[in-house]
Amino acid sequence: MKVIVPVKRVVDYNVKVRVKSDQSGVDIANVKMSMNPFDEIAVEEAVRLKEKGVVTEIIAVSCGVSQCQETLRTAMAIGADRAILVETDAELQPLAVAKLLKAILDKEQAQLVILGKQAIDDDANQTGQMLAALAQRPQATFASKVELADGHAIVTREVDGGSQTVRLQLPAIVTTDLRLNEPRYVTLPNIMKAKKKPLDTVTPESLGVDVTPRLITVKVTEPAQRGAGIKVADVASLVDKLKNVAKVI
Amino acid sequence: MTVLVIAEHDHASLKPATLNTITAALKCGGDVHVLVAGHNAAAAAQAAAQVAGVAQVLHADGPALAHGLAENIAAQVVALAPAYSHILFASTPEGKNTAPRVAALLDVAQISDITQVVSANTFERPIYAGNAMAIVQSRDAQCVITVRTTGFDPAPATGGTAVVSAVNAVADSGLSTFMGSEIAKNDRPELTSAKIIVSGGRALGSADKFTEIMTPLADKLGAAMGASRAAVDAGYAPNDWQVGQTGKIVAPQLYVACGISGAIQHLAGMKDSKVIVAINKDAEAPIFSVADFGLEADLFEAVPALTQAL
Repeated sequence: MKVIVPVKRVVDYNVKVRVKSDQSGVDIANVKMSMNPFDEIAVEEAVRLKEKGVVTEIIAVSCGVSQCQETLRTAMAIGADRAILVETDAELQPLAVAKLLKAILDKEQAQLVILGKQAIDDDANQTGQMLAALAQRPQATFASKVELADGHAIVTREVDGGSQTVRLQLPAIVTTDLRLNEPRYVTLPNIMKAKKKPLDTVTPESLGVDVTPRLITVKVTEPAQRGAGIKVADVASLVDKLKNVAKVI
Repeated sequence: MTVLVIAEHDHASLKPATLNTITAALKCGGDVHVLVAGHNAAAAAQAAAQVAGVAQVLHADGPALAHGLAENIAAQVVALAPAYSHILFASTPEGKNTAPRVAALLDVAQISDITQVVSANTFERPIYAGNAMAIVQSRDAQCVITVRTTGFDPAPATGGTAVVSAVNAVADSGLSTFMGSEIAKNDRPELTSAKIIVSGGRALGSADKFTEIMTPLADKLGAAMGASRAAVDAGYAPNDWQVGQTGKIVAPQLYVACGISGAIQHLAGMKDSKVIVAINKDAEAPIFSVADFGLEADLFEAVPALTQAL
């Protein structure tokens, strides 16, 4: 069974981004970029399914600038077999990415797509669900457990108050939550091996997808800053402040 | 221009997030209709009709809508979509699950997690874990939106006199099946709508200690319980207690952070709280930079003492 794992190159989660002074966006020049953490969990899950023998081939896909090749090499170092870069310098919004992935899914005829529930840059949480809709396939978002059997995926999902289990007819789209697995550390030999794995490059035009953004970013500003308050000496003065100053209890 | 709000409900009653979503819908302009899609959900539809500001309630009732499966709910919304300029969901696990499916089927962009309605097609939303706020404008004919509930006050649950109209329920897609769920019984207020939240971090050291130290404080305050990602990852607290960028976004009147250092991802989930209290023995913990009242102390002594003093 073939699995597609879309991966996004994002600003590393440890970097605190700065808003540009002209309010056109955030400054991502010269900051550390990494694979979106949720996508790393997706790659790990695909590799574990392959290690269990239920998956035969893992294809990592990334959409964006040529540097996304590094993200794809990381995916292959974790264990993806090959990679496809949909290369473009254009701004890509979730609907456009979903359309690109749909085109790749059609071409590769994969049975499963696993991707992160959200990217930590735009925090949109849309792409997996949109891909499922465009492909007219079932979806399981926020997965904490994935099993494949008899042409179906049994997925446990994180929902309000606990968990829910659904059974999806394959092909299906699954998005990962934090506790699905803990991604392995990438070893040097695997990084070396990943350099030799095949990486194809296509373009939105060659896939016949119009990626024109539907949302215009009017401006990006700093959020309202919250100042530090005061330190209190002991529990008694804390209770006093809450009762008599903040009046919240 | 008419706005459709997709109600979140348990078939018998509306979930509080729906009320905040209705407030956002009223700000978009035009009449606000509410869709209650469920199975034997007449009581929830009646509750929606009483919400102030709602002009009409559409009630779709059928077995395919019993478990909120995204495939079926999205099909139901798309069937009704042509009449609406805006379609709003709460930014909750349910809303986030279904809204993008609707948007893609309508071939429009989704605007996620809005915190403000600037105009009918322009909205404010946080990006990069709330470290930047973006104003975005839609070029599409329809807007599909998820609403960050902490950005909008709840609409009054009573005072409305909307008409409930039945609409045809969609058939099952046959693509997915509900197998079961495990929902923890919880008498506490819901995390995202609680007035007071007490939240614990990794410093609690174990699940037993988490319960032993935090529960009495929550009981005393009538508070909901939250946790940092580190505490959840370590298994001290259930997954859905996680407050932060990728967990729950909360803004209670009072947020008490115990043994939480305050990673930016955690701050992203709670920094809009009215009053923040931090109890931490590390004087350098970033949580103190957002706390109104910081107590530098060992939580194993301070939290029980606080519980006692209340």
